[in-house]
Amino acid sequence: MTAALFILIPLAAAIAAAAVPSRLSHWVALAGSMVLVAHGLVAAVFFGAWGTGAFALASEATWLRPLGIELALGADSVAMALVLLNCLLLPLCVAGSFTAVQERQREYYAWMLGLAAAVNGVFLARDVVFFYICFEFTLIPLFFLIAIFGGPNRERASIKFFLYTFTGSLFTLAGLLYVAWQASLAADGAWTFSIAALTDFASTQLSAEQQGMVLLALMAGFAVKVPLFPVHTWLPLAHTEAPTAGSVLLAGVLLKLGTYGLFRFALPMVPTAVEEYAPFIATLSIIGILYAALICWVQDDVKRLVAYSSVSHLGFCVLGLFALNPVGAQGSVLYMINHGLSTGALFLCIGMIYERFHTRDMDAMSGLARRMPVWAFFMVFFTLSSLGLPGLNGFVSEFLCLFGAFISTRDATTGYPGPLGPWYAAIAGLGMILAAMYLLIMLGKIVFGPPKVPGGAGHGHDDHGSPSALPTDLSPREIAVLVPLAVLCLAIGLQPKPLTDAIEGSVIETLRPYARLAVAASEAQPEGGFVLAEGIDRATERATRPLVSQREHSRLAGAEEGAAP
Amino acid sequence: MSVAPVLLAQADAAGAAAVTLARLILVVPEMVLLTGAVVATILGLSRSRALRDATPAAVVISLLAAMLLVPLVHTPERAEAAGLLMPMLGKPVRMAICAIGAMLCLVSIGLVDRRIEAAFASGRAAFDPIRVIRGEYYAFFLLSVTGLMLVSTANDLIWLFLALELTSLPTYIMVAISRPSRRALEAAVKYFFLGALATATFLYGFAMLYGAAGTLILTEMRDVFAAQAAAGGLGILAVLGLILAILGVAYKIAAAPMHFYAADVYEGAASPVTAFLAFVPKAAGMLALMLLLGTVGWHGHSVVDDSGARIFHDGLPRAVLYALWIIAAMTMTLGNVGALLQSSAKRMLAYSSIAHSGYMIIGLIAGPGLGLNSVLFYLLAYGVMNTAAFAILAGLERQGEEIESLADLAGLARRHPLLAAAMAISAGSLIGLPPLLGFWGKLYLFIGGIQAGQIGLVIIACINSAISAWYYLRLVGLPLLSPPTPQAEAVVPTPSIWPRVAALSGAAAILLLPLLVQPLVEAAQGATSATPADFAVVLRGAGAPAP
Repeated sequence: MTAALFILIPLAAAIAAAAVPSRLSHWVALAGSMVLVAHGLVAAVFFGAWGTGAFALASEATWLRPLGIELALGADSVAMALVLLNCLLLPLCVAGSFTAVQERQREYYAWMLGLAAAVNGVFLARDVVFFYICFEFTLIPLFFLIAIFGGPNRERASIKFFLYTFTGSLFTLAGLLYVAWQASLAADGAWTFSIAALTDFASTQLSAEQQGMVLLALMAGFAVKVPLFPVHTWLPLAHTEAPTAGSVLLAGVLLKLGTYGLFRFALPMVPTAVEEYAPFIATLSIIGILYAALICWVQDDVKRLVAYSSVSHLGFCVLGLFALNPVGAQGSVLYMINHGLSTGALFLCIGMIYERFHTRDMDAMSGLARRMPVWAFFMVFFTLSSLGLPGLNGFVSEFLCLFGAFISTRDATTGYPGPLGPWYAAIAGLGMILAAMYLLIMLGKIVFGPPKVPGGAGHGHDDHGSPSALPTDLSPREIAVLVPLAVLCLAIGLQPKPLTDAIEGSVIETLRPYARLAVAASEAQPEGGFVLAEGIDRATERATRPLVSQREHSRLAGAEEGAAP
Repeated sequence: MSVAPVLLAQADAAGAAAVTLARLILVVPEMVLLTGAVVATILGLSRSRALRDATPAAVVISLLAAMLLVPLVHTPERAEAAGLLMPMLGKPVRMAICAIGAMLCLVSIGLVDRRIEAAFASGRAAFDPIRVIRGEYYAFFLLSVTGLMLVSTANDLIWLFLALELTSLPTYIMVAISRPSRRALEAAVKYFFLGALATATFLYGFAMLYGAAGTLILTEMRDVFAAQAAAGGLGILAVLGLILAILGVAYKIAAAPMHFYAADVYEGAASPVTAFLAFVPKAAGMLALMLLLGTVGWHGHSVVDDSGARIFHDGLPRAVLYALWIIAAMTMTLGNVGALLQSSAKRMLAYSSIAHSGYMIIGLIAGPGLGLNSVLFYLLAYGVMNTAAFAILAGLERQGEEIESLADLAGLARRHPLLAAAMAISAGSLIGLPPLLGFWGKLYLFIGGIQAGQIGLVIIACINSAISAWYYLRLVGLPLLSPPTPQAEAVVPTPSIWPRVAALSGAAAILLLPLLVQPLVEAAQGATSATPADFAVVLRGAGAPAP
């Protein structure tokens, strides 16, 4: 029931927000989302699966018995962390839209709450069909949020977004149905769609070719959602045209549906294929990191810049996942959360500027720090968090992802297969440098430099007759929206260990098929045959050890080779 | 002379009488509909305006009465006694047909006789029973629905043929009288001549099947074909006959390569008749295909390899499978690509209904169990959502002419938010978006297809669903998001409220029926439950290896 409430509360709030008069709907939405946050906090405190790989909050109901479809919910620590992220962002998005949205408010808040319900459903689903339903349902609210409340090019943006993601996920559905069919053949025609059962079945019973097909189908849907390099083109358009809160939710949680899908389905379900294709996928993500970063460098539109930076950042996230070791995967999960916090906050900051000046053109404004010091503080803070300044959250996850890729070498000294290697990490690391460049250039253009205010709106208020004239600098409401995000960014940056410890268990559980492969491989090679399992500090410590022993090993091998002829 | 043969003959006679009685009772709902048709004819000619206006009410009442009668008369014992090929098929199918038929009837209220009724009312013309066609229209409507219902209880080829013709013949006239325009006449002529060609095709196929089996009774044909399949494979006559029959029936379901008429005919007919054409003949064709394929069965067929050894394979006979496979792939693709290019909403929906036939053929290929069940479920879902979409077109008009182009829908939400929402819901369901009804239909079909190993077809269907999203989104985007154009400003609701009622109730059904997905799926299972077991028994009896 606890899990179901994560879906039912926002749904009920959505219906309520649609039913009350327009002028009340934003308060109803805020109240509903606060209730959701409170529920999330209570559930988090009593959540039994932090640090373990188990699932808690399980609830099941039969739904479509003849086909074995169930209404099964449950969360492991990774899912719970992402649910909490979603719950937290929701009231901030609602409060952030109070002045930005003046028309059709009921629809706006109803769609937004409906979106949150669907996203929670994706994270909590333990049944493939329910997962797919929620996954697809996220398209509908976001389609309307962009198409009704978006920028001038909104129609094209919403349709492109819809078609890309819908097309991809159809193939994901086909792939998952294929797995379910194979499982039913093995079980004498009894169908099940339980994610756990299908994962167990697929990871052990499918042949390498079948796994390859399933991986391809899964990637079709999830790679579009992430978005990975060649299929990312919908994202900048959708982000740029979406209303501020839509962008925040899009960057904050919806892109995570893709990486979460990879984490929940691709990795544990088809280990053989993932191991085989990991270098390929990692290469795509590195191309994405660098390519999107270079595009960011030449952007004039600040919102589009942050949108492309998302493509670049999510590349790190995928790279960490496909390093196939706990360090990388942990970093990747952490990245999902951190990217949600800092990029979400950046979109909010940009939205506040847009509300005041009605432009996103970086050439049109400059030196805003003098005019809006509070805003400038937050902008700089979140930019630094986004580019990975040590001490803030972005650094931790970026470092872990790259480190995971670095130690993911063929020698299997980590106890996990190593499809990648130092070169992958080194080239991807260039992305961090590029990120620093384009983000600092952006700061230099709009926050610092000679004061310049776009469009002659020099009177401190916008001239577009908005009923709630905004102050020159941030209003208390806007500050209240940004502060929680800033606090979390700082807290995770300074002390990531509670969070990494909390998600560690499920990361290791997800990577279990790989550990088994690696142990089997390393039995022949007793040196370094241990499982790199516990927290990052220990992981770091141990990871350096194999490097030494590996060097020794190669030296010995070289000596043997020298001796043999 | 012994007494035994006489006793046996008496028992036979008694048995035959029992079978006839069972069959007669099974078709009581159809008798109710025929009675309704007669009543409609008389009411439509009445001098009193109120009585004339009550004609559609009589139609709806007889449909609802038939729907309530179906579960009473269609008991498993009686279906068994009647010796049907798929004994329980008729129960849920006929109930669904009656429900959707009632919806279709609501859509067509206010369609015929509008001008002449206005003339009578204003006194410009005296009442003239020759000039009113309301009675004929509704009588043909019910006759066609009766034909469709009879298809589901067909137990021999003659019955099947007559039922299919009873479904089709009234629709030719309905197209012609649906609106006073040359295009309607053109559409009717096209529809009639091509329909006659199709009828000839499948009648020829039926004749070949009779030649191959030596019987017209479907259950006996099944036994003969099973024995042939076990003894060395189906004869060429049977396969050829089946393929010809499939091609002929493909006309009814507007499947490629017999789909060319659809866009012109659907566009030429008035929207309510188009909605009718897109469901009633199509459902009849689907059910007929189900029965025809059921005679050869989905098990125990073999091919002979180069060395002369027989290799048994799952599913339909190879030649039939390939024919259906190609038909399915072509139908989906041509339908969706065709729809993509249209600027007329009616033509677009016409092509989209072609595409939906293609999806359903996947389930036919998949066979008993999930495959056929999913076809039945999809027929229901398709009937509801397609009718709802056409009902919105039927409920709007511009300067007394029904709207056709997509541009007419622009900005509909400003003035008719409910209709715009209903259009968005129907389009979303036609795309297959969860959690709407169409999604469950598609999911079920995909599961059925994959379970039969038809992964290629399911992938083609996935690609096609993605293509279809492109054009269906226009039905969402134009009414809800676009600003109204001057042309669209002139669009007003029709005087009759009932098409809009049908549209809204269809949209409500799309939203609410997913809550009943479990009982609906169980009903579909019940419809085909007796089918696979029968095949297994027959095959074991014929000495074929267990599949």
